[in-house]
Amino acid sequence: MNEFSLALIECYNGWGWGQLPTDPESVAVTSAILKAIIAVGIVLATMGGCLYAVLLERKVAAWCQGRVGPCRTTFPMLMWFPVVGRILTYCGFIQPLADGGKLFLREEPIPGHVTKWLYHLAPCLALAPALVTLVMMPFTSYIDPETGKETAMMLCNMNPGFVFVVAVSSLGAYGTILAGWSSNSKYPFLASMRIGAQVISYELCIVTSILPIVLLTAANTDANPLSFFSIVSQQSDWWNIMLVPVSAIIYFSAMLAEMGRLPFDVPESETDTVGGFHTEYGTFKFGLFFVGEYLHIILGSIIFTLFFLGGWHILPFLPQIDGVWGSVLGLCCLLFKAFCLMFLIVWIRWTLPRFRFDQVMHLCWKALLPIAIVNLLAYFVIVTFIDLA
Amino acid sequence: MSFQQYKVLKRKPLRWWEKLYLPQILMGLKTTFGIMIRKPVTLKYPEERPVIPKGYRGVPTLVKDQEGREKCVSCQLCEFVCPAKAIRVTPGEVDPDSPHARVQEKAPAEFQINMLRCIYCGMCQEVCPESAIHLQDIYSLNGYSRESLVLNKEQLYKIGGTLPDKELKWAKKDNAVAEKH
Ligand code: SF4
Ligand code: SF4
Repeated sequence: MNEFSLALIECYNGWGWGQLPTDPESVAVTSAILKAIIAVGIVLATMGGCLYAVLLERKVAAWCQGRVGPCRTTFPMLMWFPVVGRILTYCGFIQPLADGGKLFLREEPIPGHVTKWLYHLAPCLALAPALVTLVMMPFTSYIDPETGKETAMMLCNMNPGFVFVVAVSSLGAYGTILAGWSSNSKYPFLASMRIGAQVISYELCIVTSILPIVLLTAANTDANPLSFFSIVSQQSDWWNIMLVPVSAIIYFSAMLAEMGRLPFDVPESETDTVGGFHTEYGTFKFGLFFVGEYLHIILGSIIFTLFFLGGWHILPFLPQIDGVWGSVLGLCCLLFKAFCLMFLIVWIRWTLPRFRFDQVMHLCWKALLPIAIVNLLAYFVIVTFIDLA
Repeated sequence: MSFQQYKVLKRKPLRWWEKLYLPQILMGLKTTFGIMIRKPVTLKYPEERPVIPKGYRGVPTLVKDQEGREKCVSCQLCEFVCPAKAIRVTPGEVDPDSPHARVQEKAPAEFQINMLRCIYCGMCQEVCPESAIHLQDIYSLNGYSRESLVLNKEQLYKIGGTLPDKELKWAKKDNAVAEKH
Protein backbone atom coordinates (compact mmCIF):
# COMPACT_ATOMS: atom_id res chain seq x y z
CA MET A 1 0.00 0.00 0.00
CA ASN A 2 2.84 2.36 0.80
CA GLU A 3 4.83 1.71 -2.35
CA PHE A 4 3.84 5.07 -3.75
CA SER A 5 5.00 7.03 -0.70
CA LEU A 6 8.17 4.97 -0.45
CA ALA A 7 8.99 5.78 -4.05
CA LEU A 8 8.35 9.48 -3.41
CA ILE A 9 10.53 9.47 -0.30
CA GLU A 10 13.31 7.65 -2.16
CA CYS A 11 13.19 10.21 -4.97
CA TYR A 12 13.32 13.07 -2.49
CA ASN A 13 16.29 11.58 -0.70
CA GLY A 14 17.99 10.97 -4.03
CA TRP A 15 17.83 14.68 -4.88
CA GLY A 16 19.96 15.56 -1.90
CA TRP A 17 17.83 18.41 -0.55
CA GLY A 18 17.60 16.64 2.74
CA GLN A 19 16.97 13.21 4.14
CA LEU A 20 13.58 11.89 5.15
CA PRO A 21 13.68 9.01 7.66
CA THR A 22 12.92 5.61 6.17
CA ASP A 23 12.10 3.52 9.23
CA PRO A 24 8.56 2.04 9.03
CA GLU A 25 6.97 4.28 11.68
CA SER A 26 8.13 7.60 10.27
CA VAL A 27 7.32 6.38 6.76
CA ALA A 28 3.73 5.81 7.89
CA VAL A 29 3.52 9.38 9.20
CA THR A 30 5.27 10.95 6.20
CA SER A 31 3.17 8.94 3.81
CA ALA A 32 -0.07 10.06 5.48
CA ILE A 33 0.99 13.72 5.23
CA LEU A 34 2.22 13.30 1.66
CA LYS A 35 -0.97 11.61 0.57
CA ALA A 36 -3.12 14.29 2.15
CA ILE A 37 -1.15 17.02 0.36
CA ILE A 38 -1.28 15.20 -2.94
CA ALA A 39 -5.01 14.47 -2.58
CA VAL A 40 -5.76 18.15 -1.97
CA GLY A 41 -3.49 19.05 -4.87
CA ILE A 42 -5.24 16.63 -7.21
CA VAL A 43 -8.67 17.90 -6.20
CA LEU A 44 -7.63 21.54 -6.69
CA ALA A 45 -6.02 20.76 -10.03
CA THR A 46 -9.12 18.92 -11.21
CA MET A 47 -11.45 21.70 -10.14
CA GLY A 48 -9.23 24.21 -11.94
CA GLY A 49 -9.30 21.86 -14.89
CA CYS A 50 -13.11 21.97 -14.78
CA LEU A 51 -13.11 25.76 -15.02
CA TYR A 52 -10.84 25.63 -18.01
CA ALA A 53 -12.86 22.78 -19.53
CA VAL A 54 -15.71 25.29 -19.61
CA LEU A 55 -13.40 27.65 -21.47
CA LEU A 56 -12.49 24.85 -23.89
CA GLU A 57 -16.17 24.22 -24.50
CA ARG A 58 -16.89 27.89 -25.16
CA LYS A 59 -13.93 28.29 -27.49
CA VAL A 60 -14.60 25.13 -29.49
CA ALA A 61 -18.28 26.05 -29.74
CA ALA A 62 -17.26 29.43 -31.09
CA TRP A 63 -14.81 27.98 -33.59
CA CYS A 64 -17.36 25.44 -34.83
CA GLN A 65 -19.79 28.28 -35.43
CA GLY A 66 -17.31 30.59 -37.13
CA ARG A 67 -17.00 32.90 -34.13
CA VAL A 68 -14.04 34.02 -32.02
CA GLY A 69 -15.26 33.07 -28.54
CA PRO A 70 -14.45 34.84 -25.27
CA CYS A 71 -11.53 37.14 -26.01
CA ARG A 72 -11.96 40.27 -23.90
CA THR A 73 -12.12 39.48 -20.19
CA THR A 74 -8.88 40.50 -18.56
CA PHE A 75 -7.21 41.91 -15.46
CA PRO A 76 -5.83 45.44 -15.84
CA MET A 77 -2.49 44.16 -14.50
CA LEU A 78 -2.36 41.49 -17.20
CA MET A 79 -2.19 44.15 -19.87
CA TRP A 80 1.08 45.45 -18.42
CA PHE A 81 2.82 42.45 -19.94
CA PRO A 82 3.22 43.43 -23.55
CA VAL A 83 2.68 40.32 -25.69
CA VAL A 84 1.77 37.66 -23.14
CA GLY A 85 -1.09 39.70 -21.68
CA ARG A 86 -2.63 40.24 -25.07
CA ILE A 87 -2.37 36.57 -26.02
CA LEU A 88 -3.81 35.38 -22.70
CA THR A 89 -6.70 37.81 -23.04
CA TYR A 90 -7.35 36.73 -26.59
CA CYS A 91 -7.39 33.08 -25.48
CA GLY A 92 -10.03 33.99 -22.91
CA PHE A 93 -7.76 32.94 -20.06
CA ILE A 94 -9.50 35.06 -17.41
CA GLN A 95 -13.00 34.29 -18.62
CA PRO A 96 -13.54 31.16 -16.44
CA LEU A 97 -12.70 33.18 -13.31
CA ALA A 98 -15.30 35.75 -14.25
CA ASP A 99 -17.82 33.02 -15.07
CA GLY A 100 -17.23 31.29 -11.74
CA GLY A 101 -17.06 34.47 -9.67
CA LYS A 102 -20.34 35.66 -11.08
CA LEU A 103 -22.11 32.62 -9.64
CA PHE A 104 -20.93 33.51 -6.11
CA LEU A 105 -22.22 37.06 -6.30
CA ARG A 106 -25.78 36.27 -7.31
CA GLU A 107 -28.76 36.20 -5.01
CA GLU A 108 -29.77 32.63 -4.28
CA PRO A 109 -33.49 32.03 -4.66
CA ILE A 110 -34.89 28.74 -3.34
CA PRO A 111 -38.31 27.87 -4.76
CA GLY A 112 -40.99 27.34 -2.08
CA HIS A 113 -42.17 23.99 -3.35
CA VAL A 114 -38.94 22.01 -3.14
CA THR A 115 -38.00 19.33 -0.61
CA LYS A 116 -35.35 21.41 1.13
CA TRP A 117 -32.74 18.99 2.42
CA LEU A 118 -32.68 16.79 -0.68
CA TYR A 119 -32.58 19.92 -2.79
CA HIS A 120 -29.45 21.05 -0.96
CA LEU A 121 -27.89 17.59 -0.87
CA ALA A 122 -28.26 16.83 -4.57
CA PRO A 123 -25.50 19.11 -5.97
CA CYS A 124 -22.98 17.74 -3.46
CA LEU A 125 -23.96 14.17 -4.32
CA ALA A 126 -23.44 14.94 -7.98
CA LEU A 127 -19.92 16.15 -7.34
CA ALA A 128 -18.51 14.02 -4.52
CA PRO A 129 -18.43 10.50 -6.07
CA ALA A 130 -16.60 11.78 -9.11
CA LEU A 131 -13.93 13.29 -6.88
CA VAL A 132 -13.63 10.07 -4.87
CA THR A 133 -12.76 8.08 -7.99
CA LEU A 134 -9.68 10.27 -8.45
CA VAL A 135 -8.10 8.42 -5.54
CA MET A 136 -8.12 5.16 -7.47
CA MET A 137 -6.54 6.43 -10.65
CA PRO A 138 -2.94 5.75 -11.50
CA PHE A 139 -1.57 8.91 -13.08
CA THR A 140 1.87 7.65 -13.96
CA SER A 141 4.39 5.04 -12.93
CA TYR A 142 7.92 5.18 -11.54
CA ILE A 143 10.54 2.74 -12.72
CA ASP A 144 13.41 2.34 -10.33
CA PRO A 145 16.61 2.82 -12.38
CA GLU A 146 18.49 0.20 -10.35
CA THR A 147 15.99 -2.58 -9.78
CA GLY A 148 13.71 -1.89 -12.77
CA LYS A 149 10.69 -2.32 -10.54
CA GLU A 150 7.59 -0.42 -11.68
CA THR A 151 5.64 1.42 -8.98
CA ALA A 152 2.18 2.86 -9.50
CA MET A 153 1.88 6.57 -8.83
CA MET A 154 -1.59 6.48 -7.36
CA LEU A 155 -3.02 7.32 -3.98
CA CYS A 156 -4.59 3.94 -3.37
CA ASN A 157 -3.73 0.84 -5.37
CA MET A 158 -6.78 -1.14 -4.40
CA ASN A 159 -7.05 -4.68 -5.77
CA PRO A 160 -10.43 -4.41 -7.53
CA GLY A 161 -9.71 -0.76 -8.39
CA PHE A 162 -11.46 -0.72 -11.71
CA VAL A 163 -14.66 -2.17 -10.25
CA PHE A 164 -14.59 0.58 -7.62
CA VAL A 165 -14.18 3.32 -10.22
CA VAL A 166 -16.96 2.01 -12.45
CA ALA A 167 -19.29 1.58 -9.48
CA VAL A 168 -18.63 4.85 -7.71
CA SER A 169 -18.46 7.13 -10.72
CA SER A 170 -22.00 6.20 -11.72
CA LEU A 171 -23.20 7.07 -8.22
CA GLY A 172 -23.04 10.66 -9.41
CA ALA A 173 -26.29 9.96 -11.25
CA TYR A 174 -27.99 9.84 -7.84
CA GLY A 175 -27.24 13.52 -7.44
CA THR A 176 -28.98 14.43 -10.64
CA ILE A 177 -31.88 12.04 -10.04
CA LEU A 178 -32.40 13.47 -6.55
CA ALA A 179 -32.20 16.99 -7.93
CA GLY A 180 -35.07 16.28 -10.27
CA TRP A 181 -37.01 14.44 -7.60
CA SER A 182 -36.66 17.05 -4.88
CA SER A 183 -37.55 19.93 -7.20
CA ASN A 184 -41.22 18.87 -7.08
CA SER A 185 -41.84 20.19 -10.52
CA LYS A 186 -42.70 18.40 -13.73
CA TYR A 187 -39.80 19.04 -16.05
CA PRO A 188 -37.02 18.18 -13.61
CA PHE A 189 -39.00 15.10 -12.63
CA LEU A 190 -39.24 13.97 -16.25
CA ALA A 191 -35.56 14.60 -16.67
CA SER A 192 -34.64 12.59 -13.61
CA MET A 193 -36.71 9.64 -14.82
CA ARG A 194 -34.78 9.79 -18.05
CA ILE A 195 -31.43 9.93 -16.28
CA GLY A 196 -32.37 6.89 -14.23
CA ALA A 197 -33.28 4.87 -17.29
CA GLN A 198 -30.33 6.07 -19.31
CA VAL A 199 -27.67 5.51 -16.67
CA ILE A 200 -28.87 2.03 -15.78
CA SER A 201 -28.99 0.98 -19.43
CA TYR A 202 -25.64 2.37 -20.44
CA GLU A 203 -23.92 1.09 -17.30
CA LEU A 204 -24.52 -2.41 -18.70
CA CYS A 205 -22.81 -1.46 -21.96
CA ILE A 206 -19.88 0.05 -20.09
CA VAL A 207 -19.22 -3.01 -17.96
CA THR A 208 -19.73 -5.47 -20.82
CA SER A 209 -17.39 -3.55 -23.08
CA ILE A 210 -14.63 -3.37 -20.47
CA LEU A 211 -14.65 -7.06 -19.57
CA PRO A 212 -12.61 -8.09 -22.68
CA ILE A 213 -9.83 -5.84 -21.36
CA VAL A 214 -9.86 -7.64 -18.05
CA LEU A 215 -9.65 -10.96 -19.93
CA LEU A 216 -6.69 -9.73 -21.97
CA THR A 217 -4.94 -8.37 -18.88
CA ALA A 218 -5.47 -11.65 -17.08
CA ALA A 219 -4.06 -13.50 -20.08
CA ASN A 220 -1.01 -11.23 -20.41
CA THR A 221 0.13 -10.73 -16.85
CA ASP A 222 0.29 -12.58 -13.58
CA ALA A 223 -0.74 -9.44 -11.71
CA ASN A 224 -4.26 -8.84 -10.50
CA PRO A 225 -6.28 -8.12 -13.68
CA LEU A 226 -8.90 -6.07 -11.83
CA SER A 227 -6.41 -3.48 -10.61
CA PHE A 228 -6.23 -0.33 -12.63
CA PHE A 229 -2.48 -0.29 -12.52
CA SER A 230 -1.95 -3.69 -14.10
CA ILE A 231 -4.54 -2.87 -16.78
CA VAL A 232 -2.45 0.12 -17.82
CA SER A 233 1.02 -1.27 -17.35
CA GLN A 234 0.36 -4.25 -19.63
CA GLN A 235 -0.41 -1.81 -22.46
CA SER A 236 3.25 -0.88 -22.94
CA ASP A 237 3.34 -2.74 -26.28
CA TRP A 238 -0.17 -3.06 -27.68
CA TRP A 239 -2.63 -0.44 -26.60
CA ASN A 240 -6.06 -1.82 -25.86
CA ILE A 241 -7.70 0.28 -28.55
CA MET A 242 -5.74 -1.72 -31.13
CA LEU A 243 -6.66 -5.05 -29.55
CA VAL A 244 -10.32 -4.37 -28.78
CA PRO A 245 -11.47 -1.53 -31.08
CA VAL A 246 -15.15 -2.50 -30.92
CA SER A 247 -15.08 -2.26 -27.14
CA ALA A 248 -13.46 1.14 -27.39
CA ILE A 249 -16.23 2.50 -29.63
CA ILE A 250 -18.99 1.05 -27.46
CA TYR A 251 -17.34 2.28 -24.29
CA PHE A 252 -16.89 5.76 -25.73
CA SER A 253 -20.56 6.03 -26.78
CA ALA A 254 -21.78 4.66 -23.47
CA MET A 255 -19.46 7.05 -21.65
CA LEU A 256 -20.99 10.00 -23.50
CA ALA A 257 -24.42 8.73 -22.46
CA GLU A 258 -23.35 8.35 -18.83
CA MET A 259 -22.02 11.88 -18.80
CA GLY A 260 -25.21 13.15 -20.38
CA ARG A 261 -23.27 14.76 -23.20
CA LEU A 262 -24.60 15.36 -26.64
CA PRO A 263 -25.77 13.43 -28.66
CA PHE A 264 -27.19 11.72 -25.55
CA ASP A 265 -28.10 14.77 -23.48
CA VAL A 266 -31.83 14.03 -23.22
CA PRO A 267 -31.76 14.56 -19.41
CA GLU A 268 -31.13 18.25 -19.86
CA SER A 269 -32.40 18.83 -23.35
CA GLU A 270 -33.39 22.47 -23.32
CA THR A 271 -36.01 22.06 -26.01
CA ASP A 272 -38.26 19.58 -24.26
CA THR A 273 -37.47 19.71 -20.53
CA VAL A 274 -36.54 23.41 -20.03
CA GLY A 275 -33.22 22.93 -18.21
CA GLY A 276 -33.68 19.29 -17.23
CA PHE A 277 -32.86 18.32 -13.67
CA HIS A 278 -31.38 21.72 -12.79
CA THR A 279 -34.40 23.78 -13.88
CA GLU A 280 -35.13 24.84 -10.29
CA TYR A 281 -31.51 25.51 -9.38
CA GLY A 282 -29.74 28.82 -9.51
CA THR A 283 -26.42 30.45 -8.72
CA PHE A 284 -23.89 28.39 -6.81
CA LYS A 285 -25.86 25.15 -6.73
CA PHE A 286 -26.31 25.35 -10.46
CA GLY A 287 -22.58 26.02 -10.62
CA LEU A 288 -21.92 22.78 -8.75
CA PHE A 289 -23.94 20.80 -11.29
CA PHE A 290 -22.16 22.59 -14.05
CA VAL A 291 -18.74 21.84 -12.58
CA GLY A 292 -19.88 18.26 -11.96
CA GLU A 293 -20.68 17.89 -15.65
CA TYR A 294 -17.21 19.01 -16.67
CA LEU A 295 -15.63 16.95 -13.92
CA HIS A 296 -17.27 13.93 -15.48
CA ILE A 297 -15.82 14.87 -18.84
CA ILE A 298 -12.33 15.17 -17.42
CA LEU A 299 -12.58 11.93 -15.45
CA GLY A 300 -14.21 10.14 -18.38
CA SER A 301 -11.34 11.19 -20.65
CA ILE A 302 -8.74 10.07 -18.13
CA ILE A 303 -10.45 6.73 -17.56
CA PHE A 304 -10.78 6.14 -21.29
CA THR A 305 -7.10 6.96 -21.72
CA LEU A 306 -6.20 4.50 -18.97
CA PHE A 307 -8.37 1.72 -20.36
CA PHE A 308 -7.77 2.06 -24.07
CA LEU A 309 -5.08 4.58 -24.97
CA GLY A 310 -2.19 3.14 -23.01
CA GLY A 311 -2.33 5.53 -20.07
CA TRP A 312 1.08 7.05 -19.51
CA HIS A 313 2.83 5.10 -22.30
CA ILE A 314 4.11 7.56 -24.87
CA LEU A 315 3.75 5.44 -28.00
CA PRO A 316 3.00 1.76 -28.53
CA PHE A 317 6.14 -0.41 -28.33
CA LEU A 318 8.21 2.43 -26.83
CA PRO A 319 9.55 1.36 -23.43
CA GLN A 320 9.10 3.87 -20.64
CA ILE A 321 12.10 5.92 -19.52
CA ASP A 322 13.10 5.02 -15.96
CA GLY A 323 13.59 7.48 -13.13
CA VAL A 324 11.75 10.61 -12.14
CA TRP A 325 11.74 12.27 -15.55
CA GLY A 326 10.18 9.21 -17.09
CA SER A 327 7.33 9.51 -14.60
CA VAL A 328 6.88 13.20 -15.30
CA LEU A 329 6.90 12.58 -19.03
CA GLY A 330 4.34 9.81 -18.51
CA LEU A 331 2.10 12.15 -16.53
CA CYS A 332 2.29 14.81 -19.25
CA CYS A 333 1.56 12.16 -21.84
CA LEU A 334 -1.52 10.98 -19.95
CA LEU A 335 -2.79 14.54 -19.54
CA PHE A 336 -2.16 15.29 -23.21
CA LYS A 337 -4.13 12.24 -24.34
CA ALA A 338 -6.94 13.11 -21.94
CA PHE A 339 -6.97 16.67 -23.29
CA CYS A 340 -7.27 15.43 -26.87
CA LEU A 341 -10.19 13.22 -25.82
CA MET A 342 -11.87 16.17 -24.10
CA PHE A 343 -11.45 18.14 -27.29
CA LEU A 344 -13.04 15.28 -29.21
CA ILE A 345 -15.98 15.11 -26.79
CA VAL A 346 -16.61 18.85 -27.07
CA TRP A 347 -16.15 18.70 -30.82
CA ILE A 348 -18.74 15.91 -31.07
CA ARG A 349 -21.14 18.00 -29.03
CA TRP A 350 -21.02 20.87 -31.50
CA THR A 351 -21.33 18.54 -34.48
CA LEU A 352 -24.13 16.10 -33.80
CA PRO A 353 -27.80 16.75 -33.12
CA ARG A 354 -29.51 15.20 -30.12
CA PHE A 355 -31.13 11.77 -30.22
CA ARG A 356 -34.75 11.39 -29.22
CA PHE A 357 -35.20 9.57 -25.92
CA ASP A 358 -36.62 6.41 -27.52
CA GLN A 359 -33.70 6.41 -29.95
CA VAL A 360 -31.26 6.59 -27.04
CA MET A 361 -32.89 3.55 -25.45
CA HIS A 362 -33.12 1.76 -28.78
CA LEU A 363 -29.46 2.33 -29.46
CA CYS A 364 -28.51 0.92 -26.08
CA TRP A 365 -30.67 -2.17 -25.83
CA LYS A 366 -30.94 -3.15 -29.47
CA ALA A 367 -27.54 -2.15 -30.80
CA LEU A 368 -24.73 -1.46 -28.35
CA LEU A 369 -25.52 -4.08 -25.74
CA PRO A 370 -25.90 -7.05 -28.16
CA ILE A 371 -22.72 -6.04 -29.96
CA ALA A 372 -20.91 -5.72 -26.64
CA ILE A 373 -22.05 -9.17 -25.53
CA VAL A 374 -21.04 -10.81 -28.82
CA ASN A 375 -17.72 -8.98 -28.60
CA LEU A 376 -17.18 -10.25 -25.06
CA LEU A 377 -17.98 -13.84 -26.05
CA ALA A 378 -15.64 -13.61 -29.03
CA TYR A 379 -12.74 -12.44 -26.86
CA PHE A 380 -13.62 -15.07 -24.30
CA VAL A 381 -13.21 -17.77 -26.93
CA ILE A 382 -10.05 -16.23 -28.39
CA VAL A 383 -8.35 -15.80 -25.03
CA THR A 384 -9.28 -19.33 -23.99
CA PHE A 385 -7.78 -20.74 -27.18
CA ILE A 386 -4.59 -18.76 -26.74
CA ASP A 387 -4.34 -19.91 -23.16
CA LEU A 388 -4.84 -23.56 -24.13
CA ALA A 389 -2.36 -23.40 -26.98
CA MET B 1 -53.35 17.96 -69.43
CA SER B 2 -51.40 17.19 -66.35
CA PHE B 3 -50.60 20.07 -64.05
CA GLN B 4 -47.84 18.45 -62.13
CA GLN B 5 -44.98 16.74 -63.73
CA TYR B 6 -42.65 15.16 -61.30
CA LYS B 7 -40.34 12.26 -61.03
CA VAL B 8 -40.50 9.91 -58.07
CA LEU B 9 -37.05 9.11 -56.80
CA LYS B 10 -36.62 5.69 -55.26
CA ARG B 11 -35.02 5.88 -51.88
CA LYS B 12 -32.41 3.18 -51.57
CA PRO B 13 -32.34 1.20 -48.33
CA LEU B 14 -29.36 2.03 -46.13
CA ARG B 15 -26.29 -0.08 -46.68
CA TRP B 16 -24.78 -1.84 -43.70
CA TRP B 17 -22.05 0.71 -43.08
CA GLU B 18 -24.60 3.51 -43.30
CA LYS B 19 -26.56 1.81 -40.56
CA LEU B 20 -23.49 1.99 -38.34
CA TYR B 21 -23.76 5.83 -38.20
CA LEU B 22 -20.02 6.04 -37.73
CA PRO B 23 -19.05 7.13 -41.29
CA GLN B 24 -21.66 9.89 -41.18
CA ILE B 25 -20.47 11.02 -37.76
CA LEU B 26 -16.93 11.20 -39.10
CA MET B 27 -18.13 13.24 -42.09
CA GLY B 28 -19.89 15.60 -39.69
CA LEU B 29 -16.77 15.97 -37.60
CA LYS B 30 -14.81 16.73 -40.77
CA THR B 31 -17.28 19.47 -41.69
CA THR B 32 -17.10 21.16 -38.30
CA PHE B 33 -13.31 20.85 -38.30
CA GLY B 34 -13.25 22.65 -41.64
CA ILE B 35 -15.21 25.49 -40.08
CA MET B 36 -12.95 25.49 -37.02
CA ILE B 37 -9.82 26.24 -39.03
CA ARG B 38 -11.52 28.86 -41.19
CA LYS B 39 -11.31 32.54 -40.37
CA PRO B 40 -14.17 33.57 -38.07
CA VAL B 41 -17.03 35.31 -39.85
CA THR B 42 -17.85 37.63 -36.97
CA LEU B 43 -16.21 41.00 -36.32
CA LYS B 44 -14.80 42.15 -32.99
CA TYR B 45 -17.16 45.06 -33.07
CA PRO B 46 -15.90 48.31 -31.66
CA GLU B 47 -12.40 47.79 -33.06
CA GLU B 48 -13.46 46.19 -36.32
CA ARG B 49 -16.38 47.78 -38.14
CA PRO B 50 -18.34 46.40 -41.04
CA VAL B 51 -18.00 48.06 -44.44
CA ILE B 52 -21.21 50.04 -44.99
CA PRO B 53 -22.66 49.45 -48.45
CA LYS B 54 -23.57 52.36 -50.72
CA GLY B 55 -27.15 53.53 -50.31
CA TYR B 56 -27.29 52.45 -46.67
CA ARG B 57 -30.04 54.18 -44.73
CA GLY B 58 -28.62 55.43 -41.45
CA VAL B 59 -29.24 58.62 -39.46
CA PRO B 60 -31.19 61.23 -41.48
CA THR B 61 -29.48 64.66 -41.41
CA LEU B 62 -29.67 68.03 -43.04
CA VAL B 63 -26.90 68.89 -45.49
CA LYS B 64 -25.45 72.05 -47.00
CA ASP B 65 -24.16 72.46 -50.54
CA GLN B 66 -20.56 73.16 -51.50
CA GLU B 67 -21.03 76.91 -51.08
CA GLY B 68 -22.10 76.39 -47.49
CA ARG B 69 -25.67 77.31 -48.28
CA GLU B 70 -28.54 75.83 -46.30
CA LYS B 71 -30.36 73.76 -48.90
CA CYS B 72 -33.60 73.25 -47.01
CA VAL B 73 -36.35 75.67 -48.06
CA SER B 74 -38.68 74.54 -45.25
CA CYS B 75 -41.36 73.28 -47.61
CA GLN B 76 -42.32 70.74 -44.92
CA LEU B 77 -42.83 67.93 -47.44
CA CYS B 78 -40.61 65.69 -45.38
CA GLU B 79 -42.60 66.45 -42.28
CA PHE B 80 -45.80 65.40 -44.05
CA VAL B 81 -44.42 62.29 -45.65
CA CYS B 82 -42.61 60.97 -42.60
CA PRO B 83 -44.55 57.82 -41.61
CA ALA B 84 -43.23 57.94 -38.08
CA LYS B 85 -43.89 61.63 -37.55
CA ALA B 86 -40.30 62.08 -36.51
CA ILE B 87 -39.66 65.41 -38.24
CA ARG B 88 -40.82 68.80 -37.02
CA VAL B 89 -40.04 71.82 -39.17
CA THR B 90 -40.58 75.43 -38.05
CA PRO B 91 -40.45 77.49 -41.27
CA GLY B 92 -38.61 80.78 -41.26
CA GLU B 93 -37.15 83.49 -43.49
CA VAL B 94 -33.63 83.52 -44.89
CA ASP B 95 -31.42 85.96 -43.06
CA PRO B 96 -31.56 89.20 -45.24
CA ASP B 97 -27.78 89.69 -44.85
CA SER B 98 -26.99 86.30 -46.32
CA PRO B 99 -25.48 86.32 -49.84
CA HIS B 100 -28.25 84.00 -50.98
CA ALA B 101 -31.08 86.18 -49.71
CA ARG B 102 -31.65 87.57 -53.18
CA VAL B 103 -32.89 84.27 -54.58
CA GLN B 104 -33.89 82.06 -51.62
CA GLU B 105 -36.71 83.28 -49.46
CA LYS B 106 -37.24 80.55 -46.91
CA ALA B 107 -35.10 78.44 -44.64
CA PRO B 108 -36.05 76.48 -41.54
CA ALA B 109 -36.04 78.48 -38.32
CA GLU B 110 -35.86 75.22 -36.43
CA PHE B 111 -35.68 71.66 -37.68
CA GLN B 112 -36.00 68.70 -35.33
CA ILE B 113 -35.71 64.98 -36.05
CA ASN B 114 -36.59 62.61 -33.25
CA MET B 115 -34.16 59.75 -33.74
CA LEU B 116 -36.17 57.52 -31.40
CA ARG B 117 -39.23 57.78 -33.63
CA CYS B 118 -37.39 57.61 -36.92
CA ILE B 119 -37.60 54.23 -38.63
CA TYR B 120 -34.88 55.02 -41.17
CA CYS B 121 -37.21 54.48 -44.11
CA GLY B 122 -35.63 57.14 -46.27
CA MET B 123 -38.95 58.68 -47.39
CA CYS B 124 -37.79 62.16 -46.35
CA GLN B 125 -34.73 61.89 -48.57
CA GLU B 126 -36.90 60.62 -51.41
CA VAL B 127 -39.44 63.40 -51.17
CA CYS B 128 -37.22 66.42 -50.57
CA PRO B 129 -37.26 68.67 -53.67
CA GLU B 130 -33.97 70.28 -52.69
CA SER B 131 -32.01 67.13 -51.69
CA ALA B 132 -31.56 68.87 -48.38
CA ILE B 133 -32.08 65.83 -46.18
CA HIS B 134 -29.84 62.83 -46.53
CA LEU B 135 -29.55 59.49 -44.77
CA GLN B 136 -25.98 59.00 -43.64
CA ASP B 137 -24.02 55.76 -43.10
CA ILE B 138 -24.05 56.25 -39.31
CA TYR B 139 -25.71 53.25 -37.68
CA SER B 140 -24.96 53.77 -34.03
CA LEU B 141 -26.39 56.91 -32.43
CA ASN B 142 -26.71 56.89 -28.66
CA GLY B 143 -27.76 59.24 -25.93
CA TYR B 144 -28.39 59.24 -22.21
CA SER B 145 -31.96 60.63 -22.34
CA ARG B 146 -34.92 60.76 -24.67
CA GLU B 147 -34.50 64.51 -25.07
CA SER B 148 -30.90 64.21 -26.15
CA LEU B 149 -31.96 62.11 -29.12
CA VAL B 150 -34.27 64.78 -30.52
CA LEU B 151 -31.67 66.48 -32.70
CA ASN B 152 -32.09 70.16 -33.55
CA LYS B 153 -31.04 72.01 -36.68
CA GLU B 154 -27.55 72.80 -35.46
CA GLN B 155 -26.82 69.18 -34.52
CA LEU B 156 -28.29 67.90 -37.77
CA TYR B 157 -26.03 70.17 -39.83
CA LYS B 158 -23.06 69.18 -37.71
CA ILE B 159 -23.55 65.48 -38.42
CA GLY B 160 -24.69 66.09 -41.99
CA GLY B 161 -21.90 68.32 -43.29
CA THR B 162 -22.00 69.12 -46.98
CA LEU B 163 -23.38 67.17 -49.90
CA PRO B 164 -22.13 68.78 -53.12
CA ASP B 165 -24.74 69.52 -55.79
CA LYS B 166 -23.98 68.68 -59.42
CA GLU B 167 -26.07 71.58 -60.61
CA LEU B 168 -25.81 74.87 -58.69
CA LYS B 169 -29.28 76.01 -59.65
CA TRP B 170 -29.51 78.72 -57.02
CA ALA B 171 -26.17 80.20 -58.01
CA LYS B 172 -27.33 80.21 -61.64
CA LYS B 173 -30.52 81.96 -60.67
CA ASP B 174 -28.53 84.44 -58.60
CA ASN B 175 -26.30 85.23 -61.63
CA ALA B 176 -29.36 85.62 -63.85
CA VAL B 177 -30.94 88.04 -61.36
CA ALA B 178 -27.66 89.97 -61.14
CA GLU B 179 -27.43 90.29 -64.96
CA LYS B 180 -30.98 91.63 -65.19
CA HIS B 181 -30.35 94.49 -62.77
S1 SF4 C 1 -35.67 69.03 -45.81
FE1 SF4 C 1 -36.40 69.08 -47.89
S2 SF4 C 1 -38.51 68.33 -47.74
FE2 SF4 C 1 -37.87 68.83 -45.65
S3 SF4 C 1 -38.55 70.94 -45.37
FE3 SF4 C 1 -36.43 71.04 -46.09
S4 SF4 C 1 -36.63 71.24 -48.29
FE4 SF4 C 1 -38.61 70.52 -47.57
S1 SF4 D 1 -36.13 58.29 -42.49
FE1 SF4 D 1 -38.34 57.94 -42.56
S2 SF4 D 1 -38.93 57.94 -40.44
FE2 SF4 D 1 -36.89 58.81 -40.48
S3 SF4 D 1 -37.24 61.01 -40.59
FE3 SF4 D 1 -37.05 60.29 -42.68
S4 SF4 D 1 -39.15 59.87 -43.34
FE4 SF4 D 1 -39.19 60.01 -41.09
